[in-house]
Amino acid sequence: MASTMLSLASASASPSTSLALQNNRMTKLILGTSDHTTLWGTKKSNPFVKTKSRGQITMAVAVNVSRFEGIPMAPPDPILGVSEAFKADTDEMKLNLGVGAYRTEELQPYVLDVVKKAENLMLERGENKEYLPIEGLAAFNKVTADLLFGADNPVIQQQRVATVQGLSGTGSLRLAAALIERYFPGAKVIISSPTWGNHKNIFNDARVPWSEYRYYDPKTVGLDFDGMMSDIKEAPEGSFVLLHGCAHNPTGIDPTPEQWEKIADVIQEKNHIPFFDVAYQGFASGSLDADASSVRLFAARGMELLVAQSYSKNLGLYSERIGAINVLCSSADAAVRTKSQLKRLARPMYSNPPIHGARIVANVVGNPALFDEWKEEMEMMAGRIKSVRQKLFDSLTAKDKSGKDWSFILKQIGMFSFTGLNKAQSDNMTNRWHVYMTKDGRISLAGLSSAKCEYLADAIIDSFHNVK
Amino acid sequence: MWRRCLWRRGISSSAAGWWDHVGAAPKDPILGVTEAFLADTSPRKINLGVGAYRDDEGRPVVLQCVRGAETKLAGSQFLESLPNAVNTKLVEESVQLVYGKETDIVQERRFAGIQALSGTGACRLFAEFQRRFYPESPIYLPVPTWSNHHNIWRDAQVPVRTFRYYHPDSKGLYFGALMDDIKSAPDNSFFLLHPCAHNPTGVDPNEEQWREISHEFKVKNHFPFFDMAYQGLASGDIDTDSKAIKIFREDGHLIGCAQSFTKIMGLYGHRVGCLSILSVDENQAIAVRSQLQQIARAMYSSPPVHGSLLVSTILGDSQLKALWEEEVKAMVARIIRMRAKLRESLEKLDSPLNWEHITNQVGMFCFSGLSPEYVDHLARKFHIYMTRDGRISMAGVTTSNVDYLANAIHEVTRFGQEDSSQRRSFNAFIPHISYAN
Repeated sequence: MASTMLSLASASASPSTSLALQNNRMTKLILGTSDHTTLWGTKKSNPFVKTKSRGQITMAVAVNVSRFEGIPMAPPDPILGVSEAFKADTDEMKLNLGVGAYRTEELQPYVLDVVKKAENLMLERGENKEYLPIEGLAAFNKVTADLLFGADNPVIQQQRVATVQGLSGTGSLRLAAALIERYFPGAKVIISSPTWGNHKNIFNDARVPWSEYRYYDPKTVGLDFDGMMSDIKEAPEGSFVLLHGCAHNPTGIDPTPEQWEKIADVIQEKNHIPFFDVAYQGFASGSLDADASSVRLFAARGMELLVAQSYSKNLGLYSERIGAINVLCSSADAAVRTKSQLKRLARPMYSNPPIHGARIVANVVGNPALFDEWKEEMEMMAGRIKSVRQKLFDSLTAKDKSGKDWSFILKQIGMFSFTGLNKAQSDNMTNRWHVYMTKDGRISLAGLSSAKCEYLADAIIDSFHNVK
Repeated sequence: MWRRCLWRRGISSSAAGWWDHVGAAPKDPILGVTEAFLADTSPRKINLGVGAYRDDEGRPVVLQCVRGAETKLAGSQFLESLPNAVNTKLVEESVQLVYGKETDIVQERRFAGIQALSGTGACRLFAEFQRRFYPESPIYLPVPTWSNHHNIWRDAQVPVRTFRYYHPDSKGLYFGALMDDIKSAPDNSFFLLHPCAHNPTGVDPNEEQWREISHEFKVKNHFPFFDMAYQGLASGDIDTDSKAIKIFREDGHLIGCAQSFTKIMGLYGHRVGCLSILSVDENQAIAVRSQLQQIARAMYSSPPVHGSLLVSTILGDSQLKALWEEEVKAMVARIIRMRAKLRESLEKLDSPLNWEHITNQVGMFCFSGLSPEYVDHLARKFHIYMTRDGRISMAGVTTSNVDYLANAIHEVTRFGQEDSSQRRSFNAFIPHISYAN
């Protein structure tokens, strides 16, 4: 079946190929072109629709033929697609190191105790289900900004932070992207190479141009700091620099405090605006404050910045979609106005955000006993991940006789490890060893049990040495 | 349209902020009403703005079927992001609700369904999808319509056109003009229709009129997109309220439909909805769904699970579902009683105006015909809040406030000129497409 695109753009010129479909007296001729003027004024064909021939086509359409006839299957999401493939695998040794969802040693999903307690409290109170305001639950917005900057931070005291509840990290990033597109048209976001796969989708769909700055050095399996600094300097003045606040996804490689200072220097020098994605606060080191230190460092310099937060991982609230977008402005007045515009962007997306996750966070963080308990549970989760890192490193070092230095596994931080395996090697991990991971060589340590470390080490050694 | 951005500066200074050029946004015309209401300290205040159901004491209601579902779910174990194939169960239940369980569409799986963030989210996904595959096509919205429809398609960068719908003189359907506008629109246009309980007017086509509309859509090959936010809340009966969709389906239209569980199950804060687009076969449905999932992925990844668990628990349990249907009937009955009482009270006051439309209109809202000036007056003097188009959420009317409301309306309108006020209020229906900064 020829894929065609139907367009309502009026077109002249003669019809070329015609696809006559069965019709009745209600035949309509539709002239279309595969070229369209895009937002930036250049003619581009619609990337979403396959067209066999450029130029004009005619098609006679019967009323019961869907007008979405030419729509191709979208490629499977590279991250979430991994879990789907894993589910389909029947091998008993299979291991899912794809999506970054925390698992216990028994490889079971984990609902935090504090979350269960908070939900019970909520159930007992029998709270209503009224709409939240567009900006979200006030109690949640307060605790989330306090958690990020520290409750006694001057920026909080001075009311310079505009906080709007968002749908986890993705939704918060999207609101920020929409704000950038509207108020900084043409401004670019620069993102690390590599970065979380969905960052590009978000900026593409929000029509914000982006380019990459060097980040990962495959030779050292570490940070390409010089490359990063150079690329940030190269970017046009006034670019938005997307930074991972802690536990970089997918590499697990974070700048050191000294490096953060230098990054802040060059951002200030170039008049860029820092844009933090904080998806792992507390999950990286086990300490909420330590993991926010990069953001606080920039704030302490008086810089304005954006921060997207997510509670998916650190409170295990993956499916409740709870997060926030924070814009730290130079004045309280600017914060008020910016917040009003964020609301205006949210209203035509979903009107107001979902209530359940917001209440859970507000109850946990706002209750001293539950907050302390949460800190303990988070240390436990981060601790388990550190211990499997150690075990994996030990297994690799013991089994691998080539003398390769595997210590990068210990230097990396957070849920993920960038193994340095290439696509072919990653495929081997899956095809031969039933180890599911993303094609960029990322493994989620949250999905690894200490019992499986030896098996994984075998798989990695085989893939690394025997596949090119 | 937007203020010139001032962000390219030669100087770097923290005194001049990045956001200096960001103006204050105007308040949302609907949600802003609640904000104003909350700020009011008068004990007599009444909120007739947002369409959220209230009991006869004016209190928010959590349906018993919802409490039942919560108890059933308490202690449910997993909280992870649902994969993008997402909560199939919620989608299954939703499409069965709107299309009917036994229909070919459902049996043959000729639908692309995806869970969405209530009705707003479903409309937005569709608007983005429309733009992606029909980049030049506008959307035709009725005059008037829910104000957020304009925002949604505008932010998705789909041009908006309108078609006539409501006639302020008759306070009924402007049927002749509606048909003219359907005919004069270019072929293959996208139209948004309210299948029942039109928001804000409460005026719906009758069955015969729906058939004519559907027929003309076939002639013109228009794409019908239905925003179904009130299934059950118009007549009290789920099937009756999806009659318009049934008519279009019988005519062979492959429609799109946004569904919301917000009002019909009282799940306002949970944001549960569904978008479905009908297709010729299952393969096409799968392709379309994959595209919708991609759009959702870049907006919020996956939808919140709690509300959808409540909905699918209720719809999947025959007792809870039966309870739900009863509770919907009870909500509708109370609203109809309040309509009758309000009209009666106004007539008893010897109001010079005709208030038949209060009981003729259907659903949660009464399109009062009050002008923006009267609306402002009601807020200032009587602490009664409604949207400036004169839309009253009848759910906010109770036995104890209906007389106060009638008196207030009578006070502001008794000396007014009906025609000029109707004309002014009609003009208020035409929404401002662009917000000034």
